[in-house]
Amino acid sequence: MAGRRQFGEVILSVENIGLSFGAVQALSGVSLEVRKGQIFSIIGPNGAGKTSLLNCINGVYHPQQGQISFKGQMRARMEPHQAAAQGIARTFQNVALFRGMSTLDNIMTGRNLKMRRGFLWKALWWGPAEREELAHRAQVERVIDFLEIEAIRKTPVGRLPYGLQKRVELGRALAAEPEMLLLDEPMAGMNLEEKQDMCRFILDVNDEFGTTICLIEHDMGVVMDLSDHVVVLDYGRKIADGPPEQVRRDPRVIDAYLGAAH
Amino acid sequence: MIYRESGQFKTSYAADQAMFPIRQDRIFIALLLVAAVAVVPVVVSEYAIRSILMPFLILSIAAIGLNLLLGYCGLISLGTAAFMAVGAFSAYKLATGIPDLPIVLNFILAGLVTAVVGMAFGLPSLRIKGFYLAVTTLAAHFFVEWTITKFGWFTNYSPSGVISAPPLDVFGIAIDSTTEKYWFVLAWVLVLAVLAKNLVRSSVGRAWMAVRDMDVAAAVIGVPILKTKLLAFAVSSFYCGIAGALYVFAYIGTVEPQAFDLNRAFQVLFMVIIGGLGSILGSFFGAAFIVTLPIFITLAAAPFGGQIPAEVLSNLELIIFGILIVFFLIVEPLGLARLWQIGKEKLRLWPFPH
Ligand SMILES: Nc1ncnc2c1ncn2[C@@H]1O[C@H](COP(=O)(O)OP(=O)(O)OP(=O)(O)O)[C@@H](O)[C@H]1O
Ligand SMILES: [Mg+2]
Repeated sequence: MAGRRQFGEVILSVENIGLSFGAVQALSGVSLEVRKGQIFSIIGPNGAGKTSLLNCINGVYHPQQGQISFKGQMRARMEPHQAAAQGIARTFQNVALFRGMSTLDNIMTGRNLKMRRGFLWKALWWGPAEREELAHRAQVERVIDFLEIEAIRKTPVGRLPYGLQKRVELGRALAAEPEMLLLDEPMAGMNLEEKQDMCRFILDVNDEFGTTICLIEHDMGVVMDLSDHVVVLDYGRKIADGPPEQVRRDPRVIDAYLGAAH
Repeated sequence: MIYRESGQFKTSYAADQAMFPIRQDRIFIALLLVAAVAVVPVVVSEYAIRSILMPFLILSIAAIGLNLLLGYCGLISLGTAAFMAVGAFSAYKLATGIPDLPIVLNFILAGLVTAVVGMAFGLPSLRIKGFYLAVTTLAAHFFVEWTITKFGWFTNYSPSGVISAPPLDVFGIAIDSTTEKYWFVLAWVLVLAVLAKNLVRSSVGRAWMAVRDMDVAAAVIGVPILKTKLLAFAVSSFYCGIAGALYVFAYIGTVEPQAFDLNRAFQVLFMVIIGGLGSILGSFFGAAFIVTLPIFITLAAAPFGGQIPAEVLSNLELIIFGILIVFFLIVEPLGLARLWQIGKEKLRLWPFPH
């Protein structure tokens, strides 16, 4: 599919960002542009700075250098909930669900931003407040149907197997109806069948809702199949940027991966 | 096979999101309400209402308050007693300063004053957690205690520092018999419990729990952390403030800072831990347990005909608390509420356990 699809304007632009933790330079001079509707993959060896890059994009980390703009809006210092309000949702490399809550409540939390009624209304659970909760419940049920997790609706997520936890986490992000979805190794630790399901969900989300997707993934087969565009990081620097078939042949990429394997 | 939900298919999200989705639970709660309102004042002795039910009900409100903060939002506080004191003294100052103020409004205002104080002491929670937050709230406790005893204004310059609470009346009806006070307190308990239950099953409760379980993920999904924590402090303190006002106006009848010492803060904390973190119902279980435990110990010691000295008995109480706290923290952090739920699940399968 890569290269054959047409994409809209640039939705996210990262310009020359640098991020360090003390002596560790996690990112240096990284720039990239993600277009609306793309499946954009970020790959690279362990410790290359992939997660750090996502963390900068949605305001968990604040890069010391460079700028990030989303939907044409430049941001100085953005907090995660502001990024969420702008339409960025995400999943984490290590499942970051709300362990004490059920699947349903986890996914419902994804819609909190869309709820308008304040806490006094919610305390009364009456009229508009109840209608709002129920309307959002209906939306969440659509996400639950889409991800085929009806049976675990009421299960506390701590009791779910790992693969399902990752799926619920995707559900929580989807419930926010994001314009851009950041996925940090959504298939890590999954078996083949679970991976295929996850790939299908990602493609469907991208296809049906036009959601732009930023994906970190180690499985090269998956990356080559899904991506419209690939960026490769190594030691915090961008070493390749292009369509998957071009990146795959790039000698620097092959070097980085072979180097990492040794 | 009496307690079952089979055959009760929920046909709407409204039914599924209801406060008590299972019919038997609704019947049980309705019966309990009827009993509490109509049967108790007839059957239970005035003495038992005054010495057991009143502290149980009032401390349940404080326990719900602390549970919202600790059990739902994951923020530890040792300021419960201080917040109760703020509520009590605010209500007292309002009652003496504006004698015409209706008592319900007075208590709500006192609760709001406490909410503001609670938020102020909750501010550090954005930066610190766990043990350090406990220490900060402990400082809040001593600060409030000091302020109230230091400045005569709070006690209307009464020389002893102990003042009797003004009489209660609701819209012109005097509340002075034990039964009337009991109904008055019960009404507050019911309303506040329902509001708390509504909060925790709504977006507000989900935001609190999200912050409790994983604050980074909560922020990333759009939960404003500071606002959410401060709201938890505000609502929690509001409950504690109302509990404090009821404690002096409807229960002990005197307004004194000693009623709200640090022991009180720990007592409410134990209620929440034993009753069940993150459960409104559990707050009632915990309060009932802790209020009645000393009575049971005294009863159990009765056969020994007063051979056991009183100090030993009260130490025994502390030892039992200690053991139970350790037990619940390690074995069943969700407390009595969880045991109740397990019991119900068993009952649902009974008499065919497989
Ligand atoms: N919060 C942090 N504090 C200190 N160092 C950090 C922090 N986050 C990341 N780093 C460092 O930044 C570098 C890049 O880490 P990052 O997690 O972004 O890599 P990654 O490409 O996601 O790796 P992986 O494939 O293992 O997930 C690493 O050296 C890591 O130790
Ligand atoms: Mg990573």
